[in-house]
Amino acid sequence: MSLATDMTRKLSFAAVCAAAMLAASALQAQQAVQIQVTYSNGQFQPNQVSALADKPIVFRIKNLDGKAMEFESKSLRVEKVIAAKSEGVVNVRALKAGRYEFYDDFNEKARGALTVQ
Amino acid sequence: MLAALIIVFREVFEAGLIVGIVLAVTRSVPRRNRWIGGGVLAGVVAACLVAAFAGALSQLFEGMGQELFNAAILAIAVIMLTWHNVWMARHGKEIAGEMRAIGQAVAQGSKSLLALAVVVAVAVLREGSEVALFLYGVVASDGGSAASLTLGGLMGLALGVFVCLLTYFGLMRIPPRALFATTTVLITLLAAGMAAQAVAFLERANWLMPLDTVLWDSNWLLSESSIVGRALHTLVGYTDQPTEMQLLIYVVVVLATVMLMRLVGSERRQHAVASG
Repeated sequence: MSLATDMTRKLSFAAVCAAAMLAASALQAQQAVQIQVTYSNGQFQPNQVSALADKPIVFRIKNLDGKAMEFESKSLRVEKVIAAKSEGVVNVRALKAGRYEFYDDFNEKARGALTVQ
Repeated sequence: MLAALIIVFREVFEAGLIVGIVLAVTRSVPRRNRWIGGGVLAGVVAACLVAAFAGALSQLFEGMGQELFNAAILAIAVIMLTWHNVWMARHGKEIAGEMRAIGQAVAQGSKSLLALAVVVAVAVLREGSEVALFLYGVVASDGGSAASLTLGGLMGLALGVFVCLLTYFGLMRIPPRALFATTTVLITLLAAGMAAQAVAFLERANWLMPLDTVLWDSNWLLSESSIVGRALHTLVGYTDQPTEMQLLIYVVVVLATVMLMRLVGSERRQHAVASG
């Protein structure tokens, strides 16, 4: 019997979480700062970008090359494969001030950095 | 060539570990090779499909298709692994002990094999799609280096198979009695780690916002991109920057597995007492 009430409690908790999640993501989408980066000939353009601290960021990476790339950053905690001739969207949470490096995991020569002030 | 080898090896390494574990788990089950082989094959085919449609997949859900797809297939693997553990808690002893039940257990065993074949397929699909994309890019781009890069890729693939065999034969050295306990723990932590990874994908997609604060950064101690870090990432879900939600889900999956296994195990015992 306690199992049933426990289950109901967990389910309602999950429902509340889901609602909060959707509301929060809608909010985040409004606040997020967009950063456009193109990737061509194995290089990021621009390879130095900047953003304000404590604001969520959305990277839009346009891969113009004929092969896939993987936008990756340990410090930003992102990793995303972007197919040839397509655009990838990468969400980043609000960050503290600092320098955050990113690179193409398929081509370590392609590097760039985000400076957060 | 070396770069291609490293990139491909890094991807197939994880799948190799998982396939090795699954092979060890199913060591005594007849026709397991067909199931596991089928899982690998299905994974490879699916990986090629995912790679071929990677662009289209990315565009789904406002650019978050890839993340949500990964989260979904990881969730499937978590369910299959947990189900396997619970199934083994119920039938494992029958398989090991009572000769009488073996015929029946084998028939039911194929259900559990299906679950594990799905896990293998998911592992191969996740890692394989990146390899396929990378190698496709290599082959598509002209230049004399394509052949040597492909060779590097194939060598990386062979190394992945080697990791798989190493894991399998390593586990086979454990005495059969201890092996069951070992693989149960391995599968539980594998499932918990995959669940935490699924959480990471949902967080990246902004579908999961609560408790997304990073708890610690142990990159200085053990980087997730080092070979040991990668092995632990696959085996026990090690992450050098876990969020609160990732840790929570990890713990929940472990506790849920332990509870379910106990529940099912005690049910079976009561059953045996009642009928005996």
